[in-house]
Parts: sequence; C-alpha cells; structure tokens
Amino acid sequence: MAELHVELVAADRQVWSGEASLVVARTTSGDIGVMPGHQPLLGVLEPGSVTIRTAGESGEGSVVAAVHGGFLSFADDKLSLLAEIAELADEIDVERAERALERAKSEADTAAERRAEVRVRAAAGR
Amino acid sequence: MGAQTRVYKRRIKSVTATKKITRAMEMIAASRIVKAQRRVAASEPYSTELTRAVTAVATGSNVEHPLTTEVERPTRAAVLLIVSDRGLAGGYNSNAIKAADQLTNRLIGEGKEVVNYIVGTRGVTYYRFRERVIAKSWSGFTDNPTYADAKAVAEPLIEAIQAERGSEHSVDELHIVYTEFVSMMTQTPVKDRMLPLSFKETAEESAEVIEGHIKKGPEIRPLYDFEPSAEEVLDALLPRYVESRIYNALLQAAASKHAATRRAMKSATDNAEDLIKSLTRLANAARQADITQEISEIVGGASALADASAGSDR
Repeated sequence: MAELHVELVAADRQVWSGEASLVVARTTSGDIGVMPGHQPLLGVLEPGSVTIRTAGESGEGSVVAAVHGGFLSFADDKLSLLAEIAELADEIDVERAERALERAKSEADTAAERRAEVRVRAAAGR
Repeated sequence: MGAQTRVYKRRIKSVTATKKITRAMEMIAASRIVKAQRRVAASEPYSTELTRAVTAVATGSNVEHPLTTEVERPTRAAVLLIVSDRGLAGGYNSNAIKAADQLTNRLIGEGKEVVNYIVGTRGVTYYRFRERVIAKSWSGFTDNPTYADAKAVAEPLIEAIQAERGSEHSVDELHIVYTEFVSMMTQTPVKDRMLPLSFKETAEESAEVIEGHIKKGPEIRPLYDFEPSAEEVLDALLPRYVESRIYNALLQAAASKHAATRRAMKSATDNAEDLIKSLTRLANAARQADITQEISEIVGGASALADASAGSDR
C-alpha cells in the first residue's frame, strides 16, 4: 500500500518523522484525514491532537501528538505538520498536564486551559 | 631585589591573572558555540517547511495581503537590529551596528523614515548615546534565545506592518540586520528585507536564503487546496513566517556572538602570552643589570679599599 511521509516539526526541533498510512488532524474547519494520494493541501491547524497511523518502515501502530496551533501542508505524498509547540503523547507528563489544567481552570486562564486540555486529551489517546 | 625587577614581576603576575580569565572565557565560548550551532540546526526543519508552505501559497494563489503587497510609495521602514547584550566579542557588535547604519542611510536616501527596533543592550546604548529614537528594544536573552523571545520581538513588528497606513505606528517595510553564522571563523553581518515579500520572486529568493544549499533552481509546484481559504491560511502563515525568520536570526546571532567571543578571547590569551614572554625577558635583563651593578660596586669598593691601604703603607 502506498505510504505518505510525515514530518512533524516544532519551532525548535523535529518531533517525529516517518511513514504513515493515515493522518488525522484538526483544522479550523474541522477534522481532516489525509491518506496517500490526497490532493495538495495547505491548512491551518487548531490546537488539538494529531493521530498518525504509522506504516512501512516505522511499523504498524499509531502515534498521537498534541499540537498547539500550526499548519499542515501536503504535496507529493509528503505531509508536513508545522507547530510552534508539538509534543508526542509519550512525552507528555500526564500528572503535570492535569495539574496545569486545574490551575488554569482556577485562574480562569482560557488559553492555558486549552493548552493543558489538549495535552491531557492527547496523552489519553495514546 | 632592585626596584625595576619588582615592577616587572608585578606586571607579569597581573598579566598572568588576566590570561587565566581570557582563557576561561575562550573555553566557555567554545563550548557554547557547539550548543548554539546545534540549536540553529534544530530550528532548520521548521523554517524550511514553513518557507516551503509560504512559497506554496505564493505560487498557488494570487491573494492580496497586507503582508505581501508592496505599497506604492513606502514612507516608513522598520529596521530590526540584532546584537548582543555584552561586549568582549571583537568587532561583532560594531560590525552589525555599522551594517544597520549603512542600511538606515540608504533608506533615508530613498526618502523613507526609519523606525528602530533593537535586540541587545549594546545596540541600545549605542543608539541612546547618539540620541536616536528607539521604537522598542529587548535585551536579556541574546545568548540563549527561545522561540517565545522571537515571538515577543515579532509581535510589535507584525502589528506595525498590519497597522492602517498613515497611522502613528504603521510601517511599510521590515528590514532585519543580524550576524550570520557562516563558520567557526567567519560571521558576516547581513541586511535582509523581510517584508513585504513580493511573491513569485522574493518568496523564492528568501526560500533560497533559508534553504541555502538544500535546493536551488526552479521546481514545479503543485496546485494546493486551501483549508479554510487562501486568505486565512496566509493570515495565519505570515506572522509565523516572520517569527521563524526572527527566531532563526536570533539563533544565528547568538552562535556568531559566541564564535566572535571565542576568537577575541583567543587572541587576548595569545597577546597575554606574548606580553608575559617579553616582560620575562625584561625582568631577566633587569636582574642581570642588578647583579652586574652589585658586582661592580663590590669590586669598586674592594679596589678602593686596596688603594687606600696601599697608600697608608707607603
């Protein structure tokens, strides 16, 4: 089966790269799934989790990452996910994220609350 | 010990102490360059991908956007100068400032008003001393910039360029002056026009500037679908593009600063060594002169005594 090459990059590092059969991400106009052979696409990402169904050399499985805003660009079976901040679900410290969520809620800091929520959800989805 | 010898000994001691300090600074800078270089390399995938995306919008659509359209007669230009907080880095700061001065003069020659934005204490003091107006300045992170710092710097700049024309803070162009890290031995100050990008040419040019060796020459670009729309993608993309350019410039400037410090401190250490060598020679000569003088005094005294006793015998 055809595969697509995925690069998940944050501003200061490359978070993940490898082959995948399906990538699901949330754009400003809703969730979008990208499979090999998709039409060239450029979208704006909402803070949320990105699910990458890995294939080929990277092995079968799925990688979940929390992405805090950014872009998605797809062309020639190459998908780039650009985010200012991106974390793999495995890297997320759930307890810390939950604590941050509670703190943000009590301080009514909506931006921080959303950030923490995205992380908690991504960590739960792994 | 003669007075002269004592003076030399004292100077040798003080130069040795200075040499120890400069050697330590050299080694600290050397270890930091490697780290800074690694951070430049780590930020590269993001800026490369982002540039590719900007270029994709550039060629894939012909949207009018305040950040991309060239105004007819630009009257105000913002110049962002990136230098360091501290000196002891040879010509690093003054070279970057000189480049900014050249650019400022050129822009004024073209009839544009220049608005100064400065990163780094060194640049701020230089401009203050000359009583030039600084629109905004930042300092405290030049050695180790983070993406959040780049965002903080980019924010007022993006605001200024998006502001209504003719309003107080609006600018028509955005230039950036920083020191590019070419290699351990070479760092060159560069002046770049960041905005407006005139698409088709400038976007691809700047793509080449960033990607450099990665790819050159024309490439067939696919037709993109935009989600939700080309305008909105552009709206979201361009500020990020500016931020990532500034972030990259900050990182390069930091790496350059460490490299310049290392070189300056290395030559300071070498100079101290030379100085110690010549001072040791002088001290040895002074010691010899002391000894010679003492001997001749003793000999002179003895012969005077001998002469006197020989005289009394007669």
